[in-house]
Amino acid sequence: MFEIKNLKASLADEDKQILKGMNLKIGAGEVHAIMGPNGSGKSTMSYVASGKGGYVVDEGEVLLDGANLLDMEPDERAAAGLFLAFQYPVEIPGVGNMTFLRTAVNAQRKMRGEDELNAAQFLKIVREKAKALKIDADMLKRPVNVGFSGGEKKRNEILQMAMLEPKVCILDETDSGLDVDAMKLVAEGVNALRDGKRSFLVITHYQRLLDHIVPDVVHIMADGKIIKSGGPELALEVENNGYEGLMNEVV
Amino acid sequence: MGEVKRENLAEALLARHSAPRSGAGWALSARRAARDRVLALGAAGRRDEYWRYTNPAALNGAEAPDVEVLQLDETPVFDGVEKLLITFVDGVYRPDLSDDLQGENLEIMTLEEALEVDIHWASDLFGVFEARGQNPVPRPFAALNTAMAGQGVVIRANGKVTKPVALRYCRENRQSDVLLHHVIRVESGAELTVLENGAGGARLNTVMEVDVADGGSFHHLRAQGRDHTRLAITHIFARLGAEARFKSFTLTVNGQLTRNEVVLDIDGDDTKASVAGACLGDGDFLHDDTIFVTHDARDCESRQVFKKVLKNGATGVFQGKILVKADAQKTDGYQISQGLLLDDDSNFLAKPELEIYADDVACSHGSTCGAVDENSLFYLMSRGVPRKQAQNMMILAFLDEAIAEIENEELAEDIRTRLSGWAERHSA
Repeated sequence: MFEIKNLKASLADEDKQILKGMNLKIGAGEVHAIMGPNGSGKSTMSYVASGKGGYVVDEGEVLLDGANLLDMEPDERAAAGLFLAFQYPVEIPGVGNMTFLRTAVNAQRKMRGEDELNAAQFLKIVREKAKALKIDADMLKRPVNVGFSGGEKKRNEILQMAMLEPKVCILDETDSGLDVDAMKLVAEGVNALRDGKRSFLVITHYQRLLDHIVPDVVHIMADGKIIKSGGPELALEVENNGYEGLMNEVV
Repeated sequence: MGEVKRENLAEALLARHSAPRSGAGWALSARRAARDRVLALGAAGRRDEYWRYTNPAALNGAEAPDVEVLQLDETPVFDGVEKLLITFVDGVYRPDLSDDLQGENLEIMTLEEALEVDIHWASDLFGVFEARGQNPVPRPFAALNTAMAGQGVVIRANGKVTKPVALRYCRENRQSDVLLHHVIRVESGAELTVLENGAGGARLNTVMEVDVADGGSFHHLRAQGRDHTRLAITHIFARLGAEARFKSFTLTVNGQLTRNEVVLDIDGDDTKASVAGACLGDGDFLHDDTIFVTHDARDCESRQVFKKVLKNGATGVFQGKILVKADAQKTDGYQISQGLLLDDDSNFLAKPELEIYADDVACSHGSTCGAVDENSLFYLMSRGVPRKQAQNMMILAFLDEAIAEIENEELAEDIRTRLSGWAERHSA
């Protein structure tokens, strides 16, 4: 389904390798979590997988259903089924949220050779999904993320995820900056998309999110690699003892 | 350029056009005075403070350039709007291609006719606003226009005019050197919308003198055609009375050289004015907005919003000034000019100026210049929007603040469609 194989990547501007041979395999319908100290390469992994500029891949592959995403443009990766929920969703003044969503949905459908949704079809679906995430009509009309609170931005990410129906979702610290209620709402949105086929990779610093989005596997990342994998209990261990002990144990 | 040569050039400017021979006494003397102004001011030169970024040589040249007449099969801008259509072909009024010159609350005639008779309100404006606009910044091409132009329209709105007056500028001749002069008076409480559309000539020089009386409202929307190597120098001289409304928006795509000058005098209290423009240039393209807004009354608001998208060596120029006189307390002046450079070869040159003598005012100005934001582009692409389409979305988003200045949503939507068409045609 989704596999990262021996991924090594560096910052383009500096001669500094961030990912140092990362391996990860997620089966269909599985939820994996990645935890790790600051600077361990979690966000870099999500950017490299989705094709953000500024990184150089030194070695390795990122496979989705057997196709190497690293050979594709970011929009092609999205059409292939990858979705990244941003840690800091970008504000785009002047582009209406609704226009943006419809353009994205139809661009992906077009790339996959499917019929585009007309305005009425699109509106019906988006209203339904927005309602579940408590996103009102006003938020849909406003420019993308402009003037949105932290919670609204994250809910907007989940709405995009729901509309685009990807195969693999990477959530990059989706819980950061959220209060408890907002986090629950976001988690409910994510859980609603768990259908036994769609896979999730949840990047987080805190065990708390994993109470709501329960993972099948938890990975600990440090210095550009996965250093330990286990069940949900691994997250509790981190919460109680920090990363220090785990890292020593492995080394 | 030496002084002698400059004067010779001014004479040459006058010599290249033939002034209408007849006219009422007032018209003849207005033209004579304008002719003297051209000679006194001399031709525009690179050393002039307001011509430093834009080379006037092609505008000063003896002949208009040879410009291919663009044949388009697309619907003309503003076509869907109900309007009073007045057509000029290569600068000549064409009654056969125009509606009858009449309308509710409207007095309208050609400049040719008006200058033959005694119309006191027109004689109070013709060449008068232009002459006043020469100080402190000389505008020799405007004086040339008053001295030599024989074509244009004279419009007086006496109440709410529901149908816009649409001036369509067509081209048939590859080398037409066109002068058009319009005189507009919006009476107290009256409303008028004027649309202009088309390149008009291989070299086009327009002057529009507009007097908006107390409580009057004037909207102006202009699209300057799509012909590639044409030259244009345009001028708006407007005076606004108390509680007046003035809005002008210009869309420019293509054209080798465009200089749009706007001189606004805000004379009455509680008046609101907006001058805006969106331009898109690819390649051999220079677009210059030179704006001068004078606040001489209390509690007035003025806005200047200019956005330029530039690629393949295109140049954008903005020279915008707000002058707030000592008695213009509580003035709210806003000015923004921004360039979006789609590559490293393009330029945006901005000179914002504020000159404020009143002590209780709020004036802001901002000018920025940059490339399409990579983070935003990646965000759009990560959702599946292809690069070109994402970039075009960013271009339209960038221009939107200027388009938002357009009052009429239907006309604004027409402009958005044109911009998006251009962006698609030019996305590489």
